[in-house]
Amino acid sequence: MTITVLDPGPQSLVEDLGRPGHASVGVSPSGGADRAALRLANRLVGNPEGAAAIESLLGGLEVRINAQRPVWVAVTGATTTVDVNGRGEGSHCSLVLHPGDVLRIDAPRRGLRTYLGVRGGLDVEPVLGSGATDILSGLGPAALQAGQELRLGVISRDLPDTDFSPVRPPSGVLGLRLGPRDDWFTPEALHRLDSVGWVVTPQSNRVATRLEGPRLTRRRAGELPSEAVIRGAVQVPPSGHPLIFGADHPVTGGYPVVGVVDEEDCDAVAQLRPGEVIKFALRSG
Amino acid sequence: MAVDHAAVTATHRPVLTYGTHAVLVECAGTAEAIALAERVSAEFDEVVETIPGARTVLVRCARPVHDQLRRRLSTVPVTVTHQHPTRTIEIGVAYDGPDLLEVAGLCGLDVEQVIAAHTGQTWRVAFCGFAPGFAYLQGDDERLTVPRRSTPRAEVAAGSVALADTWSSVYPRRAPGGWQLIGSTSASLWDAARTPPALLGPGVAVRFVDLGARP
Repeated sequence: MTITVLDPGPQSLVEDLGRPGHASVGVSPSGGADRAALRLANRLVGNPEGAAAIESLLGGLEVRINAQRPVWVAVTGATTTVDVNGRGEGSHCSLVLHPGDVLRIDAPRRGLRTYLGVRGGLDVEPVLGSGATDILSGLGPAALQAGQELRLGVISRDLPDTDFSPVRPPSGVLGLRLGPRDDWFTPEALHRLDSVGWVVTPQSNRVATRLEGPRLTRRRAGELPSEAVIRGAVQVPPSGHPLIFGADHPVTGGYPVVGVVDEEDCDAVAQLRPGEVIKFALRSG
Repeated sequence: MAVDHAAVTATHRPVLTYGTHAVLVECAGTAEAIALAERVSAEFDEVVETIPGARTVLVRCARPVHDQLRRRLSTVPVTVTHQHPTRTIEIGVAYDGPDLLEVAGLCGLDVEQVIAAHTGQTWRVAFCGFAPGFAYLQGDDERLTVPRRSTPRAEVAAGSVALADTWSSVYPRRAPGGWQLIGSTSASLWDAARTPPALLGPGVAVRFVDLGARP
């Protein structure tokens, strides 16, 4: 049982829930950038939530089913339409595909990343327990190429009763808690952080979402001894333009982290498109 | 690990907010950070992962961090030991790096003295970061303290032996980098198919051996 990638679009990667717990040897967790969407794609086809699926950037992914029997799939994440043999189908629902069927994910109308979950999951060679592609460290499978065949894994559980699961569109506001290094910044910089709109730049990727706006100025000079960073940390390099670390963040960093985006908003960060404007809402406690 | 001698620390460490599910604990130095990371990951049930840095430990939890955990992290005593490492690895180095002469100048030494200082001490893995298998190695003394290069190189070759601040390291693979390059090695620092994949992981010590090559 395989599927063939006919067209990977701008970028298609194999992702699961990553390889947490290896920071001590310099390895980041990686895994799906929008975890809720990856989990949902798997649930809709009756997979364990962490099964390997395809993360597609800006759609354009086209695959063909090579199987002797029907295969259930689901597309989640960014708002898009799905095309099966030229027929329009919905996202965020289970679809049954027959041998020879061709599925294409259109460019999303809103958001950046879609997930193609396939019943049985993708059977890829694990590295440190995960089949996720980490673009920073180079671990995991290479980016998918046209013509590549992907094996499907073993079916382990029944299909769910739910076959459609709409999601709420993101609000454009990210909850942020100050710290650990907010004391490195001027009061004006901290005030700007939650009072202006921040524009997402085209340099954003799975490592970090980079923002443009007024420079965040420091009250302290010097270097910070390297310390651990995690997904959602808002780091401010010497340029003064903040970035939000994503799934493939480095394990440590030497620039101050002014605040950390709420865990529940990190998936929304993975769906921000270049040019979009976001705001931070400071939370306390 | 066997212990030569030990100092117990139980000061009030600053515990800094790091989002809802993590905190950053500030330590007096690298040795305390390593010891605290080990104790917390072994004994604190609610903790998912501890990640030591140069002077800090990031503590990540499955649930939002509560005040009681903050208090425990601030005051839990740890034994800062001068440990015999679990393993000592020898790495053969050709001291032919492009920054060797500049490093000598920055340290007030000649090239042969730099090589003697680098090969003449035991380097211990403090923590890893930057790339898989990239270990920050702490030496016995600070003779080889140099700043990072003001402009990082777009590409540093795999196996480059490097210095920055008080640290030494070896680039596991080709990468951009700002460290001062003093030599090169053919040792395999990272192999995902090997167990463990990192040659230099927690608890490992390194002796660098001069293979005789010069620029």
